[in-house]
Amino acid sequence: MPILQPIGRTFLFFLEATGRLSLFTLLSLSHCLRPPFYPRLILRQMIEIGYYSLPVVGLTAIFTGMVLALQSYTGFERFSAESAIPNVVVVSITRELGPVLAGLMVAGRVGASMAAEIGTMRVTEQIDALDTLATNPFKYLIAPRLIAGLTMLPILVLIADIIGVFGGYVVATQKLGFNPTTYLTNTLDFVEVQDVVSGLVKAAVFGFLVTLMGCYHGFNSRGGAQGVGAATTNAVVSASILILCFNYFITELFFAR
Amino acid sequence: MNQTTNSQTPEQGQASDNNRMPKIKIRGLSKAFGNKVVLDGVDLDIFPGESVLVIGGSGSGKSVLLKCILGLLHPDAGSIEVDGEEVVGLMGEDLDRVRRKFGMLFQNAALFDSLPVWENVAFGLIQGQRKPRDEAHAIALEKLAAVGLGEDVGNLMPAELSGGMRKRVGLARAIATEPEIIFFDEPTTGLDPIMGDVIDRLIVKCVKQLGATALSITHDMASARRISDRTAMLYHGQIIWVGSTATIDESGNPYVDQFINGRAEGPIEMQVRAL
Ligand SMILES: Nc1ncnc2c1ncn2[C@@H]1O[C@H](COP(=O)(O)OP(=O)(O)O)[C@@H](O)[C@H]1O
Ligand SMILES: [Mg+2]
Repeated sequence: MPILQPIGRTFLFFLEATGRLSLFTLLSLSHCLRPPFYPRLILRQMIEIGYYSLPVVGLTAIFTGMVLALQSYTGFERFSAESAIPNVVVVSITRELGPVLAGLMVAGRVGASMAAEIGTMRVTEQIDALDTLATNPFKYLIAPRLIAGLTMLPILVLIADIIGVFGGYVVATQKLGFNPTTYLTNTLDFVEVQDVVSGLVKAAVFGFLVTLMGCYHGFNSRGGAQGVGAATTNAVVSASILILCFNYFITELFFAR
Repeated sequence: MNQTTNSQTPEQGQASDNNRMPKIKIRGLSKAFGNKVVLDGVDLDIFPGESVLVIGGSGSGKSVLLKCILGLLHPDAGSIEVDGEEVVGLMGEDLDRVRRKFGMLFQNAALFDSLPVWENVAFGLIQGQRKPRDEAHAIALEKLAAVGLGEDVGNLMPAELSGGMRKRVGLARAIATEPEIIFFDEPTTGLDPIMGDVIDRLIVKCVKQLGATALSITHDMASARRISDRTAMLYHGQIIWVGSTATIDESGNPYVDQFINGRAEGPIEMQVRAL
């Protein structure tokens, strides 16, 4: 029995946590769809998530594109398959690296700050104050963030795709001796709508996951500064893991035959 | 147990005429967190227009009591009626409708630190009552003036305020929607005695002007005498004494005596080690 007990307890704990998160998600979604809406707050979150994440995401994308070109060149050179480089760069960026890396960067930047902000509001009774002023915290705090995450990440990823491909182009033409025109034509010939679209769908899902984790852990934080710290860590870690899991399943949905 | 001291009939207080319907009627209210029982059958009546005070040691569940009435915490058992309407278990729009009757000054003011002071004060008007922003702004400045804060303070952020100013802004926010019932959770805790007196006077003035019903919490007896008509003492999750604040010195209740005189010796044993 002493072996079964902790297993059972862990299982129950897991079930409870899953149930609570599902409930939170459903409640949040229902409030995203029902008025009143707060356009001012949605806009503020869009700027916070979209605009202020541009530098981080842009830098990540350009270096990723550059290193992709460089690495695939050193590999493909052995088989004289250098001409595949534009293809490798554009497909890897749009399908995988653009959304995943942007998602992870935003999880670190936005997910953490959301958990900290909402967590602080929780432990300083600001969320209770919202309730007593007859304002639903799900509508006022959570829905604007989820909507902004869902809409801004695809835009960020689209920009990251372009910057990433440009990074590969710069390295290929300046360092590896590719012809600029040929490189660009090859890129545009290879890339398919489905590559980009699957990446943008991933981005929307990741944006939702990051903001959901930030809000969920912040909203349920307990016990002062320490609780807020724990909420921040949990938000980033859980969002990162969920991004990598969902990335696999969305890929399977789009490309598995 | 302390059943011998459990004599909380409203007749002991001033507002004892039984034909008036209580504004807030609490019966058998219980709340536990895990296996820690905080409220264990609280009975209390608060009549329209009176100012009732709840005293009790730190951690005795005074804030929990207020949060249960506001629907911020869900009681495990018992009933709370506001104007004769049961509020335990209300949800959504019904709960919001009842909450619009209330104003609350939180223990640490709980100002929204992402909003400037005036928007904090105007919050209930803009979000709760959907008033236009400029109209709400004008009312907010008016309420800030009522608590002795100038227009310039309205544009500051809450982080720039001192403790006394935060309480004042919290008070202005609590009265901005002109609620019928106002709760004050330890309005003077953490302030110097002079500022405490200033806040107390503001509370009395605002409550009187609105003709509101007030329920306050404190363990500051000087403040208690200034702001309340009746006092109720919370101990071990129950109201063990209710009576007029003016005669609290002659309560004849050993628990109340010990509390208001601040003695370590007596029937109340402090839990030094938290469970
Ligand atoms: N949300 C909560 N979760 C768990 N325990 C709580 C919660 N709120 C209050 N408590 C516990 O209830 C007790 C009473 O708290 P409170 O009402 O804040 O005391 P006070 O009388 O000082 O206002 C405390 O021991 C506190 O730890
Ligand atoms: Mg308290």
